[in-house]
Amino acid sequence: MSVRAAIVSFPGSNCEQDCERVLRGLGAEVVRVWHDATDLGGCDLVVLPGGFAHGDYLRPGAIARFSPVMQAVADHAASGGLVAGICNGFQVLCEAGLLPGALRRNAGLRFICRWVEVRVDNADTALTARAGPGQVLRLPINHFEGNYHVDASTLEAMRRRGRVTLRYVDNPNGSLDAIAGICNDAGNVFGLMPHPERACDPLLGSGDGALLFGSLLDAARGRVAV
Amino acid sequence: MSTRTALHRDLGLSDDEYEAIVTRLGREPSYTELAMFSVMWSEHCSYKSSRLHLRRLPTTGPQVLVGPGEGAGVVALAPGVAVAWKIESHNHPSFVEPVNGAATGVGGIVRDVLSMGARPIALLDSLRFGPLEGAARNRYLLEGVVAGISSYGNSIGVPTVGGETSFDPCYEGNILVNVACLGVLEGPPMHARAERPGDVAVLIGAATGRDGIGGASVLASVSFAGGDDAKRPAVQVGDPFAEKLLIEACLELVRGGLLHGLQDLGAGGLTCPASEMTAGSGTGIAVDVDAVHRREPNMEPFEVMISESQERMLAIADEARVAEVLELCDRWGLPARVVGRITAQPRVVVHADDAIVADVPAPALADDAPLYDRPRRRPGWLDELAAAPCGDDPPAELAEAWLALLTSPEHACKRWIWEQYDHMIFLGTVQGPGADAAVIRLPGRDVAAVLSTDGPGRYCYLDPRAGAIAAVAEAARNVACTGARPLAVTNCLNLGSPEDEEVMWQFAEVVDGIAQACTALGTPVTGGNVSFYNATGDRAIHPTPVIGMLGVLDDARHAVGAAFSAPGDAIAVLGDTRAGDFGGSDFAATIHGTLAGRPPEVDLAAEARLASLLHRLAAQRVLTCAHDCSGGGLAVALAECALRSGLGFSVDLAAATAVAEPHRAAFSETPGRVVATCAQDALPDLLRAARAAGVPARAAGVVGGPVMDIGAARLELGAVRDAWEAALPSLLSDTVS
Repeated sequence: MSVRAAIVSFPGSNCEQDCERVLRGLGAEVVRVWHDATDLGGCDLVVLPGGFAHGDYLRPGAIARFSPVMQAVADHAASGGLVAGICNGFQVLCEAGLLPGALRRNAGLRFICRWVEVRVDNADTALTARAGPGQVLRLPINHFEGNYHVDASTLEAMRRRGRVTLRYVDNPNGSLDAIAGICNDAGNVFGLMPHPERACDPLLGSGDGALLFGSLLDAARGRVAV
Repeated sequence: MSTRTALHRDLGLSDDEYEAIVTRLGREPSYTELAMFSVMWSEHCSYKSSRLHLRRLPTTGPQVLVGPGEGAGVVALAPGVAVAWKIESHNHPSFVEPVNGAATGVGGIVRDVLSMGARPIALLDSLRFGPLEGAARNRYLLEGVVAGISSYGNSIGVPTVGGETSFDPCYEGNILVNVACLGVLEGPPMHARAERPGDVAVLIGAATGRDGIGGASVLASVSFAGGDDAKRPAVQVGDPFAEKLLIEACLELVRGGLLHGLQDLGAGGLTCPASEMTAGSGTGIAVDVDAVHRREPNMEPFEVMISESQERMLAIADEARVAEVLELCDRWGLPARVVGRITAQPRVVVHADDAIVADVPAPALADDAPLYDRPRRRPGWLDELAAAPCGDDPPAELAEAWLALLTSPEHACKRWIWEQYDHMIFLGTVQGPGADAAVIRLPGRDVAAVLSTDGPGRYCYLDPRAGAIAAVAEAARNVACTGARPLAVTNCLNLGSPEDEEVMWQFAEVVDGIAQACTALGTPVTGGNVSFYNATGDRAIHPTPVIGMLGVLDDARHAVGAAFSAPGDAIAVLGDTRAGDFGGSDFAATIHGTLAGRPPEVDLAAEARLASLLHRLAAQRVLTCAHDCSGGGLAVALAECALRSGLGFSVDLAAATAVAEPHRAAFSETPGRVVATCAQDALPDLLRAARAAGVPARAAGVVGGPVMDIGAARLELGAVRDAWEAALPSLLSDTVS
């Protein structure tokens, strides 16, 4: 049985088509959900793609968190459903309070589109299970606000509980602790700044992104089986 | 008459043009009419000085589905696969206000491509600035332009995949910002026509404000005179969020068969599509300016008619389906209003407050602008310049000259620029910025569009015709190096004032050069743009025709890169080297500070043979790397392959060129040459294939090692790479990595 993935788009999202192509290629059934929807159509996995939701006006994610669909996303997460926010989607999840911390402007105060290496910090999560512990993945980043920040005590708790999923090998944006990806305390809501959908085809530079999407689909399938 | 006279001059119209308007109307124009004529008859909108000459360009071929005249040219890439391709300038606004000028330049070309019903999937920028080592303003302009392209292009979700950035003192007072856009059609091409009386005109997108009033006329169609900051209000302000919604909504409208016509609002504002769509269809339009949604109160009708507020499209739809159009726009959160109705009477009639404020024949605005055969004169200084020493004296130290070229802003690594652009969205960027040409695999297909821009200003200064030929040849060669077949050209012709007889001569020569090269290479011109008045006072830029070449690669997986691939590969040089091609060269400019002599002559037949050889070798998977040899000569081309790969090389330059003097072998800029590599055991095949194709080819050396060695000079690759990468950031304000 194929996993049903909902891709949530806001006005100004722009990576929804790429995510859809990749998820379909990996065998998922994809439904597109517009930001004004109030339910997610019974999906197993919710993906918030990259882009500039509501133009990133005010600050990234600040307006998107008020879109009607975010209540449904929160409900899905509260019931243990899988949620993954990529880049702008990560920013939205932080603004919505579904993930701790915030993403500030890059330390260099410039937009960066670049291939980077990230190391899997915890391979025992729904996002990283197909990768080995400490495995280095080649993924692209594409953001102006990817500089992860969180208060010291939360960071300490996140570290202790293995809630940091991915860390930059060579920190490109000033992120605290070189954090590239995290998950919530319950381990079902994920945020990451790199774009795995852009790294699912060796012709484009890497196939490592398929490990992350594949892990998410495995986990969703596990839930489907239950 | 006296106040009116002063007024039309303020709006950029000459006295003769004012008289011509009176003749066409049979009366004095109203204020609104005068404003509408001033934008539509501006050089920028009417091409009144260039049209006569542009007719000499070849524009047809089996691959051309839509030629010049529409929003963008449309080219068949493969059976059932068509793309829209167009370049445009935003030079004047970007000089006055770099961030918004460049951003709205991106927005404008994207809407041109969108108006064909195509999804924009790639952008390229061809940029020219004054020397970065010079005035701080040059650096400010570069940083602002890059920030504008980055913020706008990234936000609308269209990747910026290539282009070039080049520097010369002639651009200090007039920078060039040319933006090219590729779109992929999802169905038959849309068009900018309004053929059915009774249809309604729907204005979709951003509200209309007072920004960009006179952008086409007072800003883009006159030279700068100094103190041009006062023109800042004529620069539009972009909202990429609105543009992104506009792209999605318009594509959905086209896909749903809801539209009979579509055109963007750019230069000339609402007046432009209102007159052009109808004039081209033998119809007219009644416009109700009161229905136009506005950003601010108390706007005059003329302001509404010529405002260049961004992110707007005019759609023509059947009245019976207009409710669906409005509903769809509403779903995307886009304002849309019915602002007019197509009429059988071929007139543009503008209503405001129940009164008619303008009533003019549509063709008078759109088609019957004055057509000028402006006087031309070959500059007297050209012969003297051609006879002067061209800067080919040997350098004091060959290795130092080589290093100086590689770390000059011209050849330095441009990563600082292109890392600020999203160059990967849509999952098609097989080769992106930093390559000879961008290789863009089309969504869901194997076929790739291959794109390159080139415009050698210094060559064109020395000989505009020869320079234009070189521009076309180099753009085609860049595309061919990937293994693609060059198909069609879009061009952006940047020059000084057409009222200067010498500039007008340069323009005619440039057109003839492009015509000659495009005919020989089988790459018709499918559209483009002319940007005159790139001058400040008496000082004009070098004539700079920017050629945007589109090619096709049947299978993106077969794309050949411009970086060395593997240690041990054999290096061959395709094409003959002449010892004396230094006129307008990078060597002459950077090492000797000289610009004189003759630019290199291009053998177009040889270029065509070279391109088809590269295509064949790539299809047979023989090539492991192919890189065009142009500015800086063979030494720079070889070093670029090494710098991009981290692999050094050892080459016998004398054997590779049959030129004895080392600096001539290294830096002469003979066109028609390519650095190619292949596995050692494939070298005999490569040389044999070249011989059979009539392309001179010589074994040159081998890839590998930590050193770049051309026999007469050696450089340590690691150290050069550090310097090459640091050169641009170290000249700019911010060196944080």
